[in-house]
Amino acid sequence: MADMIKRSKALSVRPLKASQTLGAILAFQGIAGAIPMLHGSQGCSAFAKVFFVRHFNEPIPLQTTAMDQISTVMGGVENIHQGLGHLAGGGRVRVIGLVTTGLTETQGCDLHRLVDGFREQHPEWARVRVVAVNAPDFSGCLETGHGRAVHAMIRELTPALTVTRGPHSEKRPPILNILAGAHLTPGDLEALKEMTAAFGLEAILLPDLSTALDGHLDPGGHSPVTTGGLDPAALAQLGHAEATLVLGHAMEGAADLLASRTGVVDFRVSEVMGLNATDRLLMILAEISGRPVPEKYRRQRLRLLDAMLDCHFHLSGQNAALAGDPDGLLSWGALLEEVGVGTPAVVSSIGTKSLAQSRFQAIKIGDLEDFEDLLVDAKPHWLIGNSHVANMANRRNLSVVRSGYPLFDWIGGQSLCRIGYEGARQTLFEMTNLRLHAHHSFQKPYHSRYAMVGEKTA
Amino acid sequence: MRAAEIAALLDEPACVHNDKGKSGCARPKPGATAGGCCFDGAMITLFPIGDVAHIVHGAISCAGSSWDGRGSRSSGPELHRLGLTTDLSEQDIILGRGEKRLIHGIGQVVRRYRPQAVFVYQTCIPALTGDDLEAICRTAAHHFNLPVIPVDAAGFYGTKNLGNRIAGETMVRHVIGTAEPEPARDDRPGITVHEVNLIGEFNIAGEFWNVLPLLDELGIRVLCTLAGDARFREVQTMHRARVNMLVCSKALINVARNMEQRWGIPWFEGSFYGIRDTSHALREFARLIGDPDLLRRTDALIRREEAAIQSRLAPMIERLRGKRVLLYTGGVKSWSVISALQDLEMVVVATGTRKSTEADKARIRQLMGDQAILLDEGKPELLLEIARTRKADLIMAGGRNMYTALKARLPFLDINQEREFAYAGYAGMDELARQLLITLESPIWQAVRRPAPWDTMENPPWPT
Repeated sequence: MADMIKRSKALSVRPLKASQTLGAILAFQGIAGAIPMLHGSQGCSAFAKVFFVRHFNEPIPLQTTAMDQISTVMGGVENIHQGLGHLAGGGRVRVIGLVTTGLTETQGCDLHRLVDGFREQHPEWARVRVVAVNAPDFSGCLETGHGRAVHAMIRELTPALTVTRGPHSEKRPPILNILAGAHLTPGDLEALKEMTAAFGLEAILLPDLSTALDGHLDPGGHSPVTTGGLDPAALAQLGHAEATLVLGHAMEGAADLLASRTGVVDFRVSEVMGLNATDRLLMILAEISGRPVPEKYRRQRLRLLDAMLDCHFHLSGQNAALAGDPDGLLSWGALLEEVGVGTPAVVSSIGTKSLAQSRFQAIKIGDLEDFEDLLVDAKPHWLIGNSHVANMANRRNLSVVRSGYPLFDWIGGQSLCRIGYEGARQTLFEMTNLRLHAHHSFQKPYHSRYAMVGEKTA
Repeated sequence: MRAAEIAALLDEPACVHNDKGKSGCARPKPGATAGGCCFDGAMITLFPIGDVAHIVHGAISCAGSSWDGRGSRSSGPELHRLGLTTDLSEQDIILGRGEKRLIHGIGQVVRRYRPQAVFVYQTCIPALTGDDLEAICRTAAHHFNLPVIPVDAAGFYGTKNLGNRIAGETMVRHVIGTAEPEPARDDRPGITVHEVNLIGEFNIAGEFWNVLPLLDELGIRVLCTLAGDARFREVQTMHRARVNMLVCSKALINVARNMEQRWGIPWFEGSFYGIRDTSHALREFARLIGDPDLLRRTDALIRREEAAIQSRLAPMIERLRGKRVLLYTGGVKSWSVISALQDLEMVVVATGTRKSTEADKARIRQLMGDQAILLDEGKPELLLEIARTRKADLIMAGGRNMYTALKARLPFLDINQEREFAYAGYAGMDELARQLLITLESPIWQAVRRPAPWDTMENPPWPT
């Protein structure tokens, strides 16, 4: 059980938390033909857009209901109808993610009634699906907002269904649903798909950033909506899956809903990094598929073990300081613990039950000022976190391992893969190399009083 | 902020856009809106003041996704990079604890970071729940014995542009004229020092440091740049300037007009992009100050600098000449950048005028001729269509349009606030020419436009 230290000061300084609203936007980027629209003032979406554009170096489809003084006081019915109508009329949109902000939640907007009203008045847009998400920024964090959006997608797009499964046919491989939390990068998801394919399973990733924000040059040129990601029609098929893999505690709400709607059995995985986590993940895939672990992963495991031997001189007994959202922190904690790296400074954007039950000694719920204050006593060898953490590391002449949102000082952050045996191995290499190249305090030469050769005398 | 006050700000008499209609500025359209809100505008205007603690009063979105994100450089204190916010929680909002959190927050930051002043930015949620920003700031100023200034520009009040105005208005009302400058010291013989301000200069990527040495050389003392690399005390003394230069035309026009009315300070609109415009701005200072000796020395400096830059640019102009640029940017940059590109003997095929005034447009026509294509909106499809039909070699625009160009396999140059390169002044022209060449002459364009060897395309949508 970890000691949870609550926020004790009035101001956040150097914020660590990214809002729920951002998490919801991110989830819709992993659905094909989608565009999220924030129900708030236009700045909400302008800031969010810049945040993700700088992280992914990709265009980010995003719109706003552009609330002004009058609609803020009188209600935003018109704004929602006009905004939905405009997007639906564009012709290319298949899914609109209508996401609330702190402003419209405080105003008390009944989002779902407004969407129903639009549906009644505009039957001509019936083929465009609208997924309404409550994601105010005054609670939660990016990870929880992402989970809420996935929950809303299942609520709107996955019908209740109970299939009696016979032995699956030879023609189509058995399907595995994967509810992928926001702590997984497109690079992680790509590795995950490879892993499931190796067991003869076809993965449906909800959402699927690995074909959306993986940083590829689309032959189609410019598009106002997402060009990659999960086909929204696939959401209707989730009930046909063999099983559901749930990655991250932030996805538990969505997992509960999916299980109750479809009766598909689920496997919930808290941590995805390191030897133990990958062992568990592969055994789950083996159980679902009824196949043995493929040779490729047996080999990768041997490589990881060897890397642990090579790296442990530089890792064990050292300390890392971590700042991030809960699911990301838990995964990092798993990897660091098994190679003997201590975690004396851990700061989380929010407090959760999963963190309270975690392996960490203490977790400060707070910001990067708190984090910087903790470094004084923690004396870590690595800082692990986003680009703001990287700035801090540069300022303090410490090593940094980048992880989380936003990464604006690092090209290719979307491809970083830290899951599986190979992801763990590369991460251990990265940390070890940083240690090798860091500024060491060498033993000071000693000059003997009897030295006769010139340069040896003091 | 009261509706009447907002209406008054929108009804800016010096703005040529103002056609005396009820609204002043057009209302954003739901589902088809780009650009920031009122808070965004106020924040980018004032955040560069480096020794002020800028507290964003609201939930996490406003500061959380934007802090430390601008390219505005400071030569000293960097309190503006702290990202201070009350980070209101659901309980704070329900129980009305926001005001309490704010006043304790002001104390927290005053004790730890010792700012010269505190600016508190209102955002949507506390504006809706009715937190009394003015009263809290008054109480805090009294209690902590330093200026605490409310910047009441919540997002839903309107566009980024309105936020710029509110920020300017706040400085005029609360800060400018509250302290006197130290007397100038300059022991160079024959130099009389004259004081000026720059309004709307943000020192993006430190570019104003290309210009400041020239002003120093001439004996033109910049009391304050609002707000690039500014300090609170400098803003306080702005009323003692002889001349104001308005660098970003629409955003802070109300500050220049107000200062003219209250302190009789003449102002001119200018830009430091391009050789002609830089020279013109320096001459305008000398002309409005009215010192014949300054005018003579200014002319000499301009001759020297122009000759130096022309010879440095000559080999680069050889490679840039005749290349066609589609420019899409707003406000003053719509004409100032045209002139810079023409200085490089490039052809501007079209320019954006979304945030430009009628005067800006007149200037554009003067520079580009009557055949100029003026783009009032910048929908990506439209930009690409014009790039194709007018055979543009490069799109030059704000970061928001970067991927419109790159994904269409077209060279791109960022001209807005987030860029990393300094383009102002004579020295900035070197950099601009260099950056243009880097992208235009890169070997990647051929590679990214060529189909994969196993793939052929009949009519690709990009230039071949």
